[in-house]
Amino acid sequence: MAEIAEGGGGHDKGGKKRPKKGSTRVDMTPMVDLAFLLLTFFVLTSTFSKPKVMSLVYPAKPEPDQIIEEAPKVNNGITFLVTEDKIFYYTGQYYAANSPGPDGPTQLIETDFGPNGVRKVLADLNKYVLQKKEGLDEQIKKKQIQDSTYKRKMIEFQTDTKALKALIKTDDKATCKNFIDLIDELKIANVGVIAPVDILASELELLKSKL
Amino acid sequence: MPKIKIPKHSPSIDMTPMVDLAFLLVTFFMLAANFRTDEPVTVETPSSISDIIIPDNVLLVTIDKGGRVFMNLSDAEARKEMLQSMSAKYKIALSEKQVEAFSFMQSFGCTMQELPGYINMSGEERKQYETKGIPLDSTNNQLKDWIFYGNIAALNSGKTKYEDAKLNGQEPDINDFKPKFTLKVDGKALYVHAQNVINVFRDLKLNNLNFITSLEQAPN
Repeated sequence: MAEIAEGGGGHDKGGKKRPKKGSTRVDMTPMVDLAFLLLTFFVLTSTFSKPKVMSLVYPAKPEPDQIIEEAPKVNNGITFLVTEDKIFYYTGQYYAANSPGPDGPTQLIETDFGPNGVRKVLADLNKYVLQKKEGLDEQIKKKQIQDSTYKRKMIEFQTDTKALKALIKTDDKATCKNFIDLIDELKIANVGVIAPVDILASELELLKSKL
Repeated sequence: MPKIKIPKHSPSIDMTPMVDLAFLLVTFFMLAANFRTDEPVTVETPSSISDIIIPDNVLLVTIDKGGRVFMNLSDAEARKEMLQSMSAKYKIALSEKQVEAFSFMQSFGCTMQELPGYINMSGEERKQYETKGIPLDSTNNQLKDWIFYGNIAALNSGKTKYEDAKLNGQEPDINDFKPKFTLKVDGKALYVHAQNVINVFRDLKLNNLNFITSLEQAPN
């Protein structure tokens, strides 16, 4: 073993019999074994960090007796159509093929989850909020404003008419990862208004024609 | 040539510092650990930059890769209350022992009819158990009832905790004690499966949902 007791027994000196002096060292190997066993056990069974959550507010379902008016016009809106690992978007109002708007029917633009994809698009479109945020960051660095003011102002800017608002529509092939990745990108770009809504039939067809 | 004698040393090493370190680490992990809970399914959550820590009072719905739905309430007392309301509604009698056992269970995913049998199983058997998850189709929407009663039970238990905190001289915020609704979805699950569950929540006018995600580094 790791330890060899050495020179434990006293020599007889002068013929006097003395009690044997035992070594003061204890063999620690079993204890070390146990300690590491416990250590391994705790390392493997413990979850270190509590899971994180991403909160998302869904639009309330309309009451059954509520008359559904025309779809509200969205200023500065962007609509994402998500399908399996692919993502398309259009900005502004949706114009179906049979009722084209001033620029003709809506065209889908394809993008991806890479750094030059959605993130860039959103950073461009949401410049208003991002610039305001920079100003606030500066102020908080100089300790001119408090955390609570920062949060309140941020919400104000995010819900401003100039801020970008996002609608998310998914088809039946989109995975949860695609969906959450997109929400994540929207949060990175500080988009305050995110609404997952049902896809229109004509949009679905438009999406299918693009695949 | 005379041989050079190497002095015979004991091959022992002083292990005390190592032992010290080992026990230090053991103590650290013992105190810092919250144990991995034994969930019936493993779910790989997608990652996001969100760093909000999961709140204490949660109603958790898990959706696995195949779209099966599981449910859990974090508070044991609330879980008992929820089960009692459910057994009254579905007229499925449960013994006191079963209710007690249910309060210690983790997520469950079976129909109300299968539940008594499921509770009686041992931990290993439950893992092996083939389940279809909690049904949520329009003809047999058991998930809706679970969430409805779960919400009421969690609200009640949250209220009790709020009162307790108030008695202890703290100034608690009632919102911290209200149940939060979380979804734990597998990244590979189809979004339509999640959407079905979300629609159940929305039917109950619970629109503020949380997705459990693993943490990822925010860009710059």
